[in-house]
Amino acid sequence: MTRIGSPRGVRRTARVALVATFALALAACGGAKVGEDTTSSAAPAAGGSGTAAACGTVNIAINPWVGYEADAAVVAELLQSKLGCTVVKKNLDEQVSWQGFGTGEVDVILENWGHEDLKKKYIEEQKVAVEVGPTGREGKIGWFVVPWMAEKYPDITDSANLNKYADLFKTSESGDKGQFLDGDPGFVTIDGPLIKNLGLNFKVIYAGSEAALITSFRQAEKEKKPAIGYFYSPQWFLSEVPLVNVKLPPYTPGCDADPKTVKCDYPVYNLDKIASTKFATSGSPGYDFVKKFQWTNDDQNVVAKYIAVDKMSPEDAAKKWIADNQAKVDAWFTS
Amino acid sequence: MAVLEAAKTTRPPAAPPATAPTGPVWAAHRGAVVAGVVAVWVALWALLRNRFTLTLDTASTTDLHLRINEIRDSIDAGRNSNPLFLYVFNEIRLVIDALTNAISGLIAQPAFGRPVPLLGWLGVVAVVMFVAWALGNGRVSLLAGAVFVFFGLQGLWTQAMDTLALTLAAVLVSLLIGIPLGVWAGLSDRVNRVLTPVLDFMQTMPTFVYLAPLTLFFLIGPASAVIATLIYAAPPAIRITAHGIRSVAPATVEASVALGSTPRQTLFGVLIPVARRTIVLGINQTIMAALSMVTIAALIDAPGLGQNVLKALQTLDVGTAFNAGLSIVLMAIVLDRVTTAMSERVEVARLMTPQAIARRPYLLGAGALATLVCVYLSYTFANYAVFPKPEGSSLGYVGDDVARVADSVTTWTQTNLTFLTQSWKDVSTAWILDPVEHLLVESPWFVVFAVAVLLSLVIGNLRAAVTTAVCLAVVIGTGLWSDTMTTLAAVLVATVLTVLIGVLVGVWMGRSRGADRAIRPVLDAAQVLPSFVYLIPFVALFGATRFTAIVAAVVYSAPIAIKLVADGIRNVSATTVEAALSAGTSTLQMIRKVQLPMAREALVLATNQGLIYVLSMVVVGGLIGAGALGYDVVAGFRQSTYFGKGLAAGLAIVMLGVMLDRVTQAASGRTGGAKKR
Repeated sequence: MTRIGSPRGVRRTARVALVATFALALAACGGAKVGEDTTSSAAPAAGGSGTAAACGTVNIAINPWVGYEADAAVVAELLQSKLGCTVVKKNLDEQVSWQGFGTGEVDVILENWGHEDLKKKYIEEQKVAVEVGPTGREGKIGWFVVPWMAEKYPDITDSANLNKYADLFKTSESGDKGQFLDGDPGFVTIDGPLIKNLGLNFKVIYAGSEAALITSFRQAEKEKKPAIGYFYSPQWFLSEVPLVNVKLPPYTPGCDADPKTVKCDYPVYNLDKIASTKFATSGSPGYDFVKKFQWTNDDQNVVAKYIAVDKMSPEDAAKKWIADNQAKVDAWFTS
Repeated sequence: MAVLEAAKTTRPPAAPPATAPTGPVWAAHRGAVVAGVVAVWVALWALLRNRFTLTLDTASTTDLHLRINEIRDSIDAGRNSNPLFLYVFNEIRLVIDALTNAISGLIAQPAFGRPVPLLGWLGVVAVVMFVAWALGNGRVSLLAGAVFVFFGLQGLWTQAMDTLALTLAAVLVSLLIGIPLGVWAGLSDRVNRVLTPVLDFMQTMPTFVYLAPLTLFFLIGPASAVIATLIYAAPPAIRITAHGIRSVAPATVEASVALGSTPRQTLFGVLIPVARRTIVLGINQTIMAALSMVTIAALIDAPGLGQNVLKALQTLDVGTAFNAGLSIVLMAIVLDRVTTAMSERVEVARLMTPQAIARRPYLLGAGALATLVCVYLSYTFANYAVFPKPEGSSLGYVGDDVARVADSVTTWTQTNLTFLTQSWKDVSTAWILDPVEHLLVESPWFVVFAVAVLLSLVIGNLRAAVTTAVCLAVVIGTGLWSDTMTTLAAVLVATVLTVLIGVLVGVWMGRSRGADRAIRPVLDAAQVLPSFVYLIPFVALFGATRFTAIVAAVVYSAPIAIKLVADGIRNVSATTVEAALSAGTSTLQMIRKVQLPMAREALVLATNQGLIYVLSMVVVGGLIGAGALGYDVVAGFRQSTYFGKGLAAGLAIVMLGVMLDRVTQAASGRTGGAKKR
C-alpha cells in the first residue's frame, strides 16, 4: 500500500486546504446572508396569518404510484397557497398509511383502491378513519395485451379466444402453458382462479412489482413479443404504451364473492379519499377542501405525465396544472 | 472495501473441529456416498413425483398465517393502553427521534428557526475533510472532500445529508449497543452462544417482514427507520468486536493478570486496546450494512437518497435512480476508506519522524481554524449554506449528465443484447434451474427431508445434521414447504454460479496485482449499489423470471466470493509457489494442484459467504419474478391480509440461512481438521 507514511504529503494538503478556505472567505464577503430574501422560498408559504392558524398541519400519505403523486401535488399546493396549511408529505405504502391513521401520523389518503379489509379494521372497528367520498376517478383493473398483438390478432381481446393463442405466450417460466403476468403484490388478484374457472391454458407468473410488470410490457411491445397480464388504469404507462383491454365475462355484483367459482371481470373501483377521524373533526378548512377535491382521470393523467414523462417536480407540475385550470380550482373553493 | 468481507468471515466456527466425524464408513468415500444419496433421491422422485409435496397456492393462507394476523391486530388495537407502548417503546422512540433530529438539524434539514441547517455545504465539507485528515490521512481527506462536493454537483446535497444523518444516527446507536455486547460475548462463551442465533436471525430475517410492524411500535418517522437499520447493522459490530477480543493472544492476557491487573484493568488496559483495530473493522462493517438499508428504509418515509431511487423506479427512470445510487456507492466508499484509514492510524503514527510528531499539533490547530472559518461562512452566507444549482436543471451541474449517460447505456444494452440474454436465460433455466427445482419441489417432503439430513451428516457432521432436521421441521411448520423448496433451488443454483465466478475471477485477481487493482473498485460498487437501481434493466434483459432473480443475486454475492478467493490465493505461501515453479509446474497445474488446494479453506468460506449473500437477495428476487418465498414476503408487506404469511416466509428464509450456514461451516471445520491430520 502506498498510502502509508507520507507526512510531507499531509502537510502539503493541510496548507492547500488552508489557502483555499481563506480564498473562499474573501470571496464570500458580499454574498447574501442566510435568512435574507434569497432563502424565502424555503420558509413555509403563509397565505395570511389568520388562516394559517386555522388550518394547521396536514399529513398526506404519498402512496407509491405516479397518479397518486399527481393528486397529492395538486392538493398540497392548494392547501399551502390558498389555505396556508403546513403540508407534510409522507412516502408510505398503502398498508402502512392506514396504520398511520391509528397512530395519528397520517391525516389523509387521497386515492384509495378498495381495501375493504382495511376499511373494516380502521373505519368500523377502530373508528380512527372516515370515508371522505369519491375522487371522481374510476379505477379499472383488468387483463391487457400489448398493442401490437391486438392489431395482429383482433380476436385476442376476448378471453374466450385466448386458448387459441396460449402457445404464443409460452416462456421458460410457464412450461407448456401460456404465461400470464401478475404484477404488484399490493393488489388483490383473482387471476389464478379466474384462469382455472374459465378453462384457460395459462399459468400465472408473479412479476412481483409494478416496475417489473411495466418493464415486461414495455420490452414486449418494443420487440414485438407476446405478453398478457394484469394491469389497471389510470396509470401513466398507458399513455406510453396503450395496452389493450381483454374482455372478460361481465362483472355482476357478488359474482366475485367466492374465489373458488369466480368467473367474471374485476369490478370498477370508485377511487375514494380517506381521512383520519381526528382530521375530519378538527374543523380545519383543509378538510373541507379535501372533501370537495374531485377531478377526472384525464386531469390526473395530465399531471402524471408532467411528472413521469416530462420529469417535472411534483410541485412544478401542480403549479402548471393549477395555472391552466383556474376554473376547476375555483370550484373547489366556492361553498 | 478491502475489508468488507470481514463482517461474516470472522464468525467463529459453530462446531469445534475436535468433533471430527466418528463414522469412518463414509469418511473415506464421501464423494461416493453423496452420489449414492442423490441417485436414490432421483429414483424416488421419479417414482413418487408430485405426491406429498405440501403445496400452498400463492394466494392462499394457512391457519397459522391468519393467527399471526390476529395477534398483530390485537397489538395494533391495544397500543394506546398497553404499558409496554406507553413506557418502553415511546421512550425509546423519543430518544432516537431526538438524536436523529439533532444530527439532521446540524447538516441536513432546516432547524432552530433557520430556513437551512446549521452547517451549510461548505461547513460539512470542511468538517468531513478535517475529521478524515485528523483521524485518517491526507489522501482520504481529499477523497472525502471531492466526493462530498460531487454530491452537490449531482444535485443531491440535501438528500445525501439526510442519508448521512440517518446513517450516522443508526451507526451511533448500533455501536452504543453493539460494542459492549460484543465485548461481553468476547469474554463469555455462554453469552456468545446465546447471542449467535439472535444475530443470525437479525441478519437473515428480511427487513420487509418487520418494516410495517415497526411503524406500529415506533411510529412513522426517524425512529422506525433508525431501528430498522440498526437491526441489520448492529450484528457485524457485535460479531467482530467479540472476535477481536477473542483473538487477543492468551499469553498477553496471562501476562497482564500475572502483573496483578484487575479484570477491569485487563479489559480496558489490554484487551480493548489490542483488539482496537478489529473493533474499528466492525464499525466499518456496521456503516456499510447501514448504508445498504437506505432504499428499504425509504419505504417507511425515511428521507434521503433512497427516496430518489424509489421515486425514479415508479416512472422506470433508470438514469435518475442510478444518479442517486451512485451517491450511495460514493458515500460507502468514503466512509469505508476513512474508517480503514482510522484503523491504520496507529501504524502510521509509529512511522512518523519526531519532527513530524512535533509539528502535528500545529497542523491540527491550523486545520481546525480553517474548518471553523468554513463553518462560520456556511452558517452565515446563503451561497455556502445551500449548494448552488444552475437555472433550469433538475439535477444540478452533473446529475443530469450522469442520468443521461446511465440511461443511454441501459437503453443500448436493452436494445442490442436481449437476443443474447434471452437465449442464455432459456437454456440455463431449462438445463440447470428446472431440473434442480423439479427434484426439490416435486419430491415428497419426507424424501427431501431425509436426503437433506443425510447430506448434512456426510458433508458436515452430526451437529449439522441435527440443525438441518430442526430447520426443515420449522419450515414445514410455516406451511410454506413448497415455496421454500422453490427458493432453495434458486439459491443453490445462484450459489454455484457465485462460487464459479468467485474462483475464476478470484484466481486471476489473486495471481495478478494489476487485475486486483482494476477489478476491486468494481466489486465494491456492485456490493453497495442498491439493487433497486439495476432491477429494471435486468427485467428488460431477462424478463420477469426466476433466472433474473438469480442474476441479481449473483451480481450482489459474487464480489464477496471473488475477494475471499483472491485473498486465499494470495495467502498461499510464496515459498510453496516458488518451489513448485522451480519444479517446472505450468500455470494451469500451479492453479489446480497448488494454489487452489492450498486455498481450500478460503474456497469453503467463499461458498458459505456466497450462500448467505444470495439468501439476502431472496426478497429482491421476489420483486422481479422469482415468486416463492421472496414474493410471499413482499406480499406480506404490501397487503395486510398476507402479513402472517409474509412473516412465516421470513422465518423460512431464516431457517434456510441457518441450515446452509451451519452445514458449510461444519464442512469448513472438517477440511480444517483434515489438513491438520
